[in-house]
Amino acid sequence: MQIATNNNAKYMWIDGLKVKLEGEKNILDVIRKTGINLPTFCYHSSLSTYGACRMCVVEDERGSVMAACSTLPRDGMSIRTNTKKLLKHRRMIMELLLANHCRDCTTCAENKDCELRALASRLGITSVRFDDCRPVRPVDASSPSIIRDPGKCILCGDCVRVCAEVQGMGVLDFAHRGADIVVTPAFHKPISETNCVSCGQCSAVCPTAALTIKDETQLVWDALMDPDKRVVCQMAPAVRVALGEEFGLEAGSLVTGRTFAALNRMGFDFVYDTSLSADLTVVEEANEFTKRLEDGGPFPMFTSCCPAWVKFVEEKHPDLLDNISTCKSPMQMLGAVSRKYWEKPKFKDKETIMVAVMPCTAKKAEAARAEFIHNGKRDVDIVITTQELACMIKEAGIDLPNLPPESPDMPFGLASGSGLLFGVTGGVTEAVIRKCVGEKTSEALQSISYCGVRGLEGIKEAVVELGDKELRIAVVHGLANADALIKQMKAGQIYYDFVEVMACPGGCIVGAGQPVMKNMEIREKRAESIYDADGIAQLKYSDENPQVSAIYEDIRPKDIHHLLHVEYPQKERDA
Amino acid sequence: MPKKDAYPEVDQILQSYGSDQSSVISILQDVQKYYRYLPADVLTYVAEKLGLSEAKIYSVATFYDNFSLEPKGKYLIKVCDGTACHVRKSGPILATLRKELGLSDQKHTTDDMEFTVDIVSCLGACGLAPVLTVNDKVYPAMTPEKTTALLNELKGDK
Repeated sequence: MQIATNNNAKYMWIDGLKVKLEGEKNILDVIRKTGINLPTFCYHSSLSTYGACRMCVVEDERGSVMAACSTLPRDGMSIRTNTKKLLKHRRMIMELLLANHCRDCTTCAENKDCELRALASRLGITSVRFDDCRPVRPVDASSPSIIRDPGKCILCGDCVRVCAEVQGMGVLDFAHRGADIVVTPAFHKPISETNCVSCGQCSAVCPTAALTIKDETQLVWDALMDPDKRVVCQMAPAVRVALGEEFGLEAGSLVTGRTFAALNRMGFDFVYDTSLSADLTVVEEANEFTKRLEDGGPFPMFTSCCPAWVKFVEEKHPDLLDNISTCKSPMQMLGAVSRKYWEKPKFKDKETIMVAVMPCTAKKAEAARAEFIHNGKRDVDIVITTQELACMIKEAGIDLPNLPPESPDMPFGLASGSGLLFGVTGGVTEAVIRKCVGEKTSEALQSISYCGVRGLEGIKEAVVELGDKELRIAVVHGLANADALIKQMKAGQIYYDFVEVMACPGGCIVGAGQPVMKNMEIREKRAESIYDADGIAQLKYSDENPQVSAIYEDIRPKDIHHLLHVEYPQKERDA
Repeated sequence: MPKKDAYPEVDQILQSYGSDQSSVISILQDVQKYYRYLPADVLTYVAEKLGLSEAKIYSVATFYDNFSLEPKGKYLIKVCDGTACHVRKSGPILATLRKELGLSDQKHTTDDMEFTVDIVSCLGACGLAPVLTVNDKVYPAMTPEKTTALLNELKGDK
């Protein structure tokens, strides 16, 4: 029996199930809508479609096999997702991938998150019939942030596309062909000799351990176990909305107090909140912006919190270095200020080691920059990521979800909501607007939050009235988006007074050091959680934070500039 | 990083293609014709001028066998190993060349930069199999003996 349906609607059949087409760009999306989770390695909805891994193969009525990710849905199409032929193909592909892959799973950095291992187990592969005939390719550990192990690469190209399409860098690409093909920087250079900005997004999308983050947890343990060292730790705003995921808590769970408790149990002598120095950044950046308004520029003023962005400007747009705010990033500000504090003669009994827990891989590179080393001593000695912290907490056997919450230590433990906002794209801008507008009512707060700075779109714009001036503001995340914006600005097509740039797509909450995101909703939950944390903060304004005032009182005025600001020199390019 | 305008010849090639990214292969072919290989600095320079990443242009340059990132010798010998040449025994010809010149499947060019021996998949002259070319001059129906004689002739030509 035929029942009349809406004539314009289009349908396809998946395993005999009739499914309405709703503008999906490939049949993989239609299939996933029906609750069938076809496996993929090389498909990421935010990147271009590549169709290399062939894991998502489906069969049509005539027995043709095609990759679902790169086939357009058609009205009346009928496909099957699990047939004898398909299971055979998928298993064979998997077996071939495994034949060409290192099998040190038990000691591999990726083992709990490895998609290759998970899929091999899902497809029931218990042995591999083929010999491993890979040539030995050396591990590249030259970068301060990223380790590249070509022996674990399955050539899905996710890293190639994220680097080129999301970050506009293109440090990695395929080279050679056939059996010789490898993913590598140009001329097989070590990563440290390329223009890599250390954002780490390649390692975030890598399904295996071909690209991983440099593990520095042992350095932290060594410091913690050394009775002659005072180990001081700071934690970035974005860490608290993601760490819980590593312990089975719901995405976006706010675990601020429990994380500070865990840090205390691990043996840190003092734990601080980087959100406090984010408040300092807001005050300094707002003052700098006001001064630029008086002095007439240079505009736009770019934010300086994201070290991958700073490196990007150095590499790609060195002519814009003067447009970047001279403020240090919050991590480096707290490093410098707390270093100064612990250098007081009365604390000379122990050597102070500064550890920072960051959502970010580029922070490892930032802390190692020459600008932040004074008399041979780094302002921040060790940077570990959220994931590394999770590993340490697990190793110590600490049951994070059930810890009674604790608070960070004074004098660097009190933060305003503005400081917390730094964890999400648009947050720095929102905090700076709060400071500049000066009208401290809940109506003003609300209208700022609705002015266009919130949300996860790649480029956002806002116009804010300040006195008799209208300020044009842009908020960008993803360096490719920033590059596009810069090109338009240079062509004179658009003008902004203030531009916030974060390298990672969503801001620090999706930094490459955060727990692996299984889907994009997690990003939204983490963002919401940051806004919730701001919502319940009693202090909303950075300049109302009494600890910020206390810091200014404690620092001699002549020291303020060199403690809180930095000038990135024009890099001498080799001739 | 090469200095700007350090390669006027490359600039000319780029200009003739309107510095168009999609002409990258033709541009690299012309560059290779000029230098007889693709020097690394020039590849970086071309990438910058075309707005491509260094890794992307390296990817293109290493994908095609026709592009070489290593300098070629004075005499570029291409031994055809297409189906027709292969069944008519191109193998011993290649072996003779490599033996006489001290080359291998890893080492393609003699240390004195006189000879390079490359394998090509088909020269489109199957009727003349087995065939080789020296700097694009065709030598048909080769044998190991004729190859040795040819090498001696080329060496005497120095």
